[in-house]
Amino acid sequence: MALVEEKPREEQLPTRRRKIAATGADAAAYAVRDADVDVVAVYPITPQAPIAENIAQMIADGELDAELIHVESEHSAMSASVAAAATGARAFTATSSQGLALMYEILYIASGLRQPVVMALATRAYSAPINIWNDYADAMSMRDTGWIEIFSENVQEVYDNLVQAFRIAEHPDVLLPVVVTLDGYILSHTTEALEPLDREEVLSFAPKRPRGYRPVLDPDHPVTIGVLGAPNWYQEIKVQQALAMRESRRVIEEAGKEFGKRYGREYGFIEPYYMDDAEVAIVTLGATSSLVKAAVNRLREQGVRAGMVKIRVFRPFPAEELAKALENVSAVGVLDRAVSFGGALEGPLAMEVLTTLAVRGIVKPTISFIHGLGGRDIFVKDVVEMYQKLLEAAKSGKSVTRTLFYGVKSRRGHIV
Amino acid sequence: MALTKPIKSLWEIPREERFVGGHAACQGCGAALVLRHLTKVVGKDAIIVNATGCMEVISTLFPRTAWRNPWLHLAFENAGAAASGVEAALKALQRKGVIDKNRYIKVVAIAGDGGTFDIGLQSLSGMLERGHDVMYVVYDNEAYMNTGIQRSGATPYGAWTTTTPVGKKFRGEWRPKKDIVGIAYAHRIPYIATANPAYPIDMINKFIKAYNTRGPSLVHVLTPCTPGWRIPESKTIEVAKLAVQTGMWVLLEIENGKPKVTVKIRRRKPVREYLKMQGRFRHLKDEDIKKIQELVDKYVEEINRWVGEEAIGPVEE
Repeated sequence: MALVEEKPREEQLPTRRRKIAATGADAAAYAVRDADVDVVAVYPITPQAPIAENIAQMIADGELDAELIHVESEHSAMSASVAAAATGARAFTATSSQGLALMYEILYIASGLRQPVVMALATRAYSAPINIWNDYADAMSMRDTGWIEIFSENVQEVYDNLVQAFRIAEHPDVLLPVVVTLDGYILSHTTEALEPLDREEVLSFAPKRPRGYRPVLDPDHPVTIGVLGAPNWYQEIKVQQALAMRESRRVIEEAGKEFGKRYGREYGFIEPYYMDDAEVAIVTLGATSSLVKAAVNRLREQGVRAGMVKIRVFRPFPAEELAKALENVSAVGVLDRAVSFGGALEGPLAMEVLTTLAVRGIVKPTISFIHGLGGRDIFVKDVVEMYQKLLEAAKSGKSVTRTLFYGVKSRRGHIV
Repeated sequence: MALTKPIKSLWEIPREERFVGGHAACQGCGAALVLRHLTKVVGKDAIIVNATGCMEVISTLFPRTAWRNPWLHLAFENAGAAASGVEAALKALQRKGVIDKNRYIKVVAIAGDGGTFDIGLQSLSGMLERGHDVMYVVYDNEAYMNTGIQRSGATPYGAWTTTTPVGKKFRGEWRPKKDIVGIAYAHRIPYIATANPAYPIDMINKFIKAYNTRGPSLVHVLTPCTPGWRIPESKTIEVAKLAVQTGMWVLLEIENGKPKVTVKIRRRKPVREYLKMQGRFRHLKDEDIKKIQELVDKYVEEINRWVGEEAIGPVEE
């Protein structure tokens, strides 16, 4: 306890908060609890299961008052979540990989019906072969579904992103579902320090609006949700969705700034790291960003002007911000943990980055890297080697036109 | 207000149309007629969850709707799951004081045989097993009618469909109809019934009972389809009635596991009379019809044994 007499201040300093040890799954559950979610429909899958288990325990202990629907599949989990949201409830679900794939058609329906469902995605590789470990295949397979997509780098971000997700999704100018990722095992099952907020703070930041602020299933104000949209109407409805996604930028930015003002941690679309004077930079997402930051640190010690840009909000893609951050670098690398087989480049993030630059007439030597599939460890030295390649590209002025797969057990060497 | 007491005459059916005309159903559509009565029974305080299918498509072509009730359509196979989500949301919102606790708002799921017997079976099973307070009405026209009369698990033995067509090698569906009532019964839910629009008072009273059941209920209604069964538009009710009179469709009610037949048939008509009215059975030879008669005889015997009396009598000479 402080013995110093406290004088009243005009500005409220952020209060000292308790820090607790929490896994990403814990953090996700705390966010659900603090946001006073009404309905959780969830089906277990590795590595998401602890999120569901934590929520079940909180409900059993009376810490969270929510209906937990023990659905019989992920398709039903997303169906029940969308239906609950359409009834005016705050709905949450979580899944990974195959579970996400099983709910695939409903993902499009969630965004098409403009229902503000919030989902935690513990990223995991897709079968086949079956693999329960981390990569971003599932997250990438959602990129066209009309969901706002936010990647978390650490356990704190899992919590903070989910809290912001409820506010963003339910904003009347947005009304789109939001997915927040956490790297499978790397974040979901790894303990880090977490500063959770108070429930009052979360409900003040992401308030529950009056039930009728958007059309919901209400016998007193009946609406028909889920119509047949023939060719004479479907296109406009999709354009409205696209415009909502564009409009969401403003809401996402404002939420990130407000979060910083209130709680001391400001969030944007991207996080540049040592980019002010960077000569070479790698763009990446999720917990992989920490790894690349470590590589940057090591290279900086050696006098190499390396930097990195973390993409936090993948959808809507922050093209303007990214283009600006990469303005002065001499070579750009992109580190993907997912494969778009047969793509112009096989890295999905790489294709976003290349398009960002190309439409603005920004031509720089670029290299697309893929590593870390199915939970394969990426070592800092691997990333350092990627930077060496970028330095070569900066010197030669030439891009590599084919994606480079790293860390491969192959007779041709570890780069394919 | 939803009806709470059984009706005795057609005059007691509420006048207000809650499934309004102008929708795109075929002339003579059995399902549309059934939904019209269903919505009259459930009244204002009902949220409808509708699977993809004939009734969903003909009634909600944007920007028009035939539904006076709040209505949700998500996809083909998830009426059960979506209804569970609505029901849970209502529970949570009522508990948290967002919706008046004392108001009983029923969740009514509507799906065809396609969205129930086959692709929708999993989500139906989940909903029944978890005990959600949802009234599930399956309108059974015995094939995937909306997509062009393809065979479903509800297609009866011998029926022509576009995927069990009549040709040189194969002549119609060769497998029996799936027993959805048996499946629902296995879930031990408080109320199950079969219904038929040719017996409207019986049907409406079953809707009333299902609405007022606190827990999952399932009403399985036979709804003849004029293009799919190849019958004239004016014959929907006549054909539906023959289904009951021949014993092909038994009007059952199972309350808390106790089965009973609600419309007893003293002397059954031979199935030939039902089959010959429908173009989808036109190709059947005498031995096929004999086989179907045997199947019905066996079915009737099982029902009589189950309910403990001869509720459905022998075939009239």
